[in-house]
Amino acid sequence: MAKINLNVNGKKYEVDIDPDTPVLWVLRDHLDLVGTKFGCGMAQCGACTVLLGDDAVRSCVLPVSNVQDKQITTIEGLSAEGDHPVQKAWLEHDVAQCGYCQAGQIMSAVGLLRKSPKPGEEEIAAAMHGNICRCGTYLRIRAAVMTAANS
Amino acid sequence: MISNIQIMTAQPNINRRKFLKVTALAGGGMMLSFNWLAGCNPTPDEVLAMPKEWFSLNSYIKIGENGIVTLMAPNPEFGTNLKTSLPMILADELDVDWKNVIVEQADFYPERFERQFTGGSQSVRMGWKILRTAGSTARKMLVNAASKKWNIPAEEIATSAGMLIHSASGKKAGYGEMASFAATLPVPDNVPFKNVKDFKIIRTSRKNVEGKNIVTGKPLFSIDHKQEGMLIAMIVHPPAFGLKVKSLDEALVKSMPGIKDVFVIKTLEDGYEHNAFDTTSFYELPVVVGNSTWEVMQAKKQLKVEWEEAQEKKVTVLGWGGNKEDVVIPAGRESTETQRKKMMAMSGKPGKELRRDGDPEKAFKNAAKVIERTYTAPYLAHNTMEPVNCFAHVTADKAELYGPIQAPEFIMKTLVARLGLPKEKIHISLARMGGGFGLRAYGHHFVEAAVISQKLNAPVKLVYTREDDMTYGIYRPTYTATYRAGLDKDNNLIAFHVRGGGIPEHPVEPNRFPAGAVDNYLAEGWEIKSNITIGAFRAPRSNFIAGAEQSFLDELAELAGKDPIEFRLELLRRNKNNPVGKNNAYDPGRYAGVLELVREKSGWTKPQENVSRGVAAYFCHNTYVAQVLDMKMKDGTPVVEKVTAAVDCGIVVNPDSAANMGEGGIVDGIGNALFGEMTFDNGIPAKNNFHQYRMIRQKEAPKAIEVHFVPNDEDPTGLGEPLFPPTFAAVANALYRATGKRYYEQPFSKQINSRQPLL
Repeated sequence: MAKINLNVNGKKYEVDIDPDTPVLWVLRDHLDLVGTKFGCGMAQCGACTVLLGDDAVRSCVLPVSNVQDKQITTIEGLSAEGDHPVQKAWLEHDVAQCGYCQAGQIMSAVGLLRKSPKPGEEEIAAAMHGNICRCGTYLRIRAAVMTAANS
Repeated sequence: MISNIQIMTAQPNINRRKFLKVTALAGGGMMLSFNWLAGCNPTPDEVLAMPKEWFSLNSYIKIGENGIVTLMAPNPEFGTNLKTSLPMILADELDVDWKNVIVEQADFYPERFERQFTGGSQSVRMGWKILRTAGSTARKMLVNAASKKWNIPAEEIATSAGMLIHSASGKKAGYGEMASFAATLPVPDNVPFKNVKDFKIIRTSRKNVEGKNIVTGKPLFSIDHKQEGMLIAMIVHPPAFGLKVKSLDEALVKSMPGIKDVFVIKTLEDGYEHNAFDTTSFYELPVVVGNSTWEVMQAKKQLKVEWEEAQEKKVTVLGWGGNKEDVVIPAGRESTETQRKKMMAMSGKPGKELRRDGDPEKAFKNAAKVIERTYTAPYLAHNTMEPVNCFAHVTADKAELYGPIQAPEFIMKTLVARLGLPKEKIHISLARMGGGFGLRAYGHHFVEAAVISQKLNAPVKLVYTREDDMTYGIYRPTYTATYRAGLDKDNNLIAFHVRGGGIPEHPVEPNRFPAGAVDNYLAEGWEIKSNITIGAFRAPRSNFIAGAEQSFLDELAELAGKDPIEFRLELLRRNKNNPVGKNNAYDPGRYAGVLELVREKSGWTKPQENVSRGVAAYFCHNTYVAQVLDMKMKDGTPVVEKVTAAVDCGIVVNPDSAANMGEGGIVDGIGNALFGEMTFDNGIPAKNNFHQYRMIRQKEAPKAIEVHFVPNDEDPTGLGEPLFPPTFAAVANALYRATGKRYYEQPFSKQINSRQPLL
């Protein structure tokens, strides 16, 4: 066990925890931020995507000891009212079916747009390729990223 | 192990008692539903304040004194957007403004709601009359209330968007003003429905009522649930089908940090009479329980379990219609290769005859050309993105459960038997599901969570890892089908034979097209038992047989020298003008309608350069679908440029949401046709996570999908499943034109000579 300082969505936390614990489970079990989802546990599906600084990362394989004092943004940190341009684009295109993967999809999209504010279709597809949507909403995801980029 | 599960499709009788005033709506259990206004983002002045008091007009409808309306979404939601579309039906007949509607997910209350089952693409179809009755009856009660208060005949009172209006006198009142009085009035009988031409909400696109909660990461799923004192439980299931637990060495794991207990549970007791959805892969399961998910995961990896070969097991299954069947679960450890050999041997022998028209043997003898082709498909894992999980809190005198379940009425029966509690003491809250696809019809996770909680006398959340989820079983069965057809010298289809089988069920639908359009027809089925568990998977059986049949018809049209759409239309005309046999499952006019619409919308008659096109059509779940898939090859890899679909599902309740469902079905179909596969080696599932099990991803999705609905006023039919099955053949037929090779074995990506690198 170790005391670790975290900065999540602009708030500071101190957790006393096994330093190998992935960020995903710290968020979900210890900080009650359950918007970030568990899908595979091995960085293969993208459901657990969060931002570390401006980078979209898979929180299910990221040990909490690696993110001490770094800025983490989760889906809850974008806008609680759904006012972030990417959230608004998701609502405009009514993307979700079951909705389980969408927090991860949105965080990957936010990561992409921070690096490349006006991505082309192929760039969007490549950046979003790591996020599985079992319901198959990929076309609406692509359209929503495009809308967010143009907003 | 339980084969041929038929989803009940008979229209239910509407139980009028359920429309009577409900006085005690606040039932026991947890309040886990989330409320919001359905109109997504109304401005504050558009939104009335929350009411001080609610008045129930029936189980589905509550009206506040200020006119705000709560509509119950009776069916569990797994992503088909029922939580929006079912209340839209209520709202339209009630005649309220959608922006003043709050939608609430109903808990499982069979005494209040009809058919709280999501599956078989039946929710809108089966709910149509029930919800229209609930809405129109409540509206009439409000009209009757105004009639009495104003002393004006009810016939003279109109409604509009939550207002009661008497135009002659100029009297007006909001529903909220009349609700308390209306709730005391008798429930009227035989209230007429709205004319479909007068729909104001149905047939308009309304956004997902959960949209904002989804994009802001609210805790919508049972895996997100947490409460005081809750423990986390995980199972350690046998690594192979055909194995069971012999012993475990729990000492080491019990002392690991955060671990509370380690034990073996019995899921279903010996001698228990199973219902149709009681499929369970393992009757005994080692369980690790602790404080946090990560700690339990770590302990689970360290748990040493000794496994032994399971013996043959006999169970009694009470199927649909009350038929009891003794099912033998065989012993042994199976492999894909040995299963394949068994299936090939069976497909060479006559099966059980399912339908016969004319004299097929003689017709084949007299045919000028005969063609025979065999199609195969592997087991598929559902791979819902939310892994299997369930919350349970079982004490000596009651049980509370909250989890993903499509068929709560069945799991309630199981829980009553397993927990020894009467059903009145068991409360099931219906969680939003992170995908369903048939998997969540099987509530083994409810039993496991409840048994663990009962043993510990504590609230418990059971969570499967992805590996547990993918290797647990309840797969789409593996199938094969051999098709044979005979053409006369003028290339008319004179004989047709399908022989299909699978482990453990056959996929043949003997009365579907082209049955009824061919004079000499034979359908046969055969089955092989197995201990690898199977279950419903998006469009059971159709999800294989549509692809096989429609690939075969494509090849047959080519042999006959006919355009594949025209060839199908010719057969449908034959059925319409002079049907063969009586028991034909489809309407040839509506079937032809989708083919004609897709021909027009896809520009079928004007081929594009370098684009290879495949067409397929299918009827299942009461809905007709035709698709044209446009493909290009890029570096030897297929790229789907566009899919054009034509759908006849009657009245479309929520058009944009329906299109979303269609797009999803097509993407899912392309993915499973190209990549979907679970194999076994000595009973062990060969894939356990997404690094091995290939799912369709963003770059492989079509560049464009168009879903066109046939405009008509027929009552609505299914939409969650019907777009999925024909896609397999649209892919195969396009691939043939792109590569010059026919594709008989799924997944097709293994048959394409190309670089198909995993990520």
